[in-house]
Amino acid sequence: MPPVCQPWLHRFAVLTALATLALIGIGGLVTSHGAGMAVPDWPNSYGYNMFTFPLSMWVGGILYEHSHRLAGSVVGFMTLVLALWLNGRPAAKWLRGGSLAVLALGLLASTSSNVKLDNVLFLVGTGVVGFGISFVWPQHEPVSPRLARFGLLALVLVIVQGVLGGLRVTALADWLGIFHGTLAQCFLALMCAIAMVTSSWWQGLKAKSQPMTVPAPVRNFLLVTTLLILGQLALGASMRHQHAGLAVPDFPLAHGKGWPATDAASLVTYNRERHDHREFKAITAGQIHLHMAHRIGALVVFGHVLGCLLKLRRTVGVTHPLAKVAAGWFALICVQFGLGIWTVLSNKAADIATLHVLVGAASLVTGALLTLLATTVFRAEPRAGAGL
Amino acid sequence: MKSLILTLTALAIVAGTASAGDVTGKITLKGTPPPEGPLPIDPTCSKFHPGKAPTTRFYVVDATGGLADCVVYLEGAKGGATADKPVVIDQKGCEYLPYISTARVGQTVRVLNSDPVMHNVHPTPTGEGNKEQNRVQLNASAPALDHSFPTAEKFLRFKCDVHGWMFAYVSVFDHGFHTVSAKDGSFKITGVPDGKYKLVVEHRRAAPVGKSVVKEIEVNGGAMVNLTLEVPAPAK
Repeated sequence: MPPVCQPWLHRFAVLTALATLALIGIGGLVTSHGAGMAVPDWPNSYGYNMFTFPLSMWVGGILYEHSHRLAGSVVGFMTLVLALWLNGRPAAKWLRGGSLAVLALGLLASTSSNVKLDNVLFLVGTGVVGFGISFVWPQHEPVSPRLARFGLLALVLVIVQGVLGGLRVTALADWLGIFHGTLAQCFLALMCAIAMVTSSWWQGLKAKSQPMTVPAPVRNFLLVTTLLILGQLALGASMRHQHAGLAVPDFPLAHGKGWPATDAASLVTYNRERHDHREFKAITAGQIHLHMAHRIGALVVFGHVLGCLLKLRRTVGVTHPLAKVAAGWFALICVQFGLGIWTVLSNKAADIATLHVLVGAASLVTGALLTLLATTVFRAEPRAGAGL
Repeated sequence: MKSLILTLTALAIVAGTASAGDVTGKITLKGTPPPEGPLPIDPTCSKFHPGKAPTTRFYVVDATGGLADCVVYLEGAKGGATADKPVVIDQKGCEYLPYISTARVGQTVRVLNSDPVMHNVHPTPTGEGNKEQNRVQLNASAPALDHSFPTAEKFLRFKCDVHGWMFAYVSVFDHGFHTVSAKDGSFKITGVPDGKYKLVVEHRRAAPVGKSVVKEIEVNGGAMVNLTLEVPAPAK
């Protein structure tokens, strides 16, 4: 049975999705500025509870990294509220249990001389407030069983994401940043999907039978294209978290050739010609191959998104909402293509590279939502997804 | 008997000294290096450089062409002077000084902070067993941070993530015959036993690892070696 539309729930879901996009942008700035290790400890910041970290210390790379941590906390809190909202009354029990656990942790921490008072007060305060709130909210029925599960999934993902980000700092593990960056994109897609299916627009579409449905081959093509974009974003995250700068600094050629040489002598030459104050790590053959794979991936994605647009226009018509969204998607991919080139030509300027990350995220979200629409609302045969 | 032992010891020391010497010389750069770029330092750090903005230090060349910051060492040498004194790198004016150092495996590399601002000291080694660390020095009163690396590694990078333009490099050797060329390009490796060696010069731009300059030398109570590095031609 379709849920009753809750405008404020939808607005809050949209706000959470927007906050997540902003968080990805700040995270992009952290990596673009090479500031991921500017705050060496976690979850504290230079020994302070992150919420009491003095403003006077927000300088240089710390500004980016600490802002990212705070924004992450905001998104984490909003996701918790959203998950509770979607799950309704049954979630009050786990809010109560979780709050008691946090309270107990705070009391335990108070017995240790290694834990500072601000951390103890934060944990105890959070536990008490959460425990109190659990008696008055949430008291409503779950919005829908499936949405409740998606809310829970979002909460688990945001916790995993926070821990990944923290471990990347404390374990000095650049490679964890690749998963951190890629999971962020998946999380954003999930938040946008929740925002869409809680809208009155979605409920309106679900309520009536759609005259023009998307054939199975086109639906599959949409899904494959979206997964290709995710793969392309993972490749991009892998490049960024090598912290080696541009492995190939020219375009359309690559180190002056159609396919760059990667022998030892060529690598020495490439590295010594990098007169960049950022003094990146030396580039390796593997990083050059990764960069070239990203370029090829861009062509593949471009072709697939164009294919999606053409297939949709042919099957459901030019005026169909999905065809219109696909046209926007293709425009986004063109912008993304241009930003990729600009990133290279600007020698990976932090703002351009970050914009490239953001438009990549928007491209993934567009593909994911199109696929969701095509496989549920605009699907010929009835689906179990009708319960969303 | 005691005097005999003392005499023999003294003779041994004299003999040892006689069979060793200093390898000295000068490294000169031929060609015009690309201009150094300004560092994007923030307003706080700018105050430490009144009247002159700091730049990159890829080629530090004096008026006579002497090239600083070249790592000079004897390849495959064994032994050498003990490394009981620490190699000291200071953070001053939001720059690491010196930019290039050498150390022996296990030798203490001590990082100081002479600035009234916070830095994080973040060595990013690649050698197996050399530990990456990321520690903070809040200001000039913060204690020195000691590091030690068990594996030889060329140009081991130190960075500060708070100030993204701060870098220093330490080449770590498993022997004691290494040094860094001074501002005038001169260098001196002391206490080298007589024999034939390969003298190697590495500079991050003019002679990077993989394109080092190598010269066969013979030490006979010392040796003088002058070398010229060239600014590499741009890749085609």
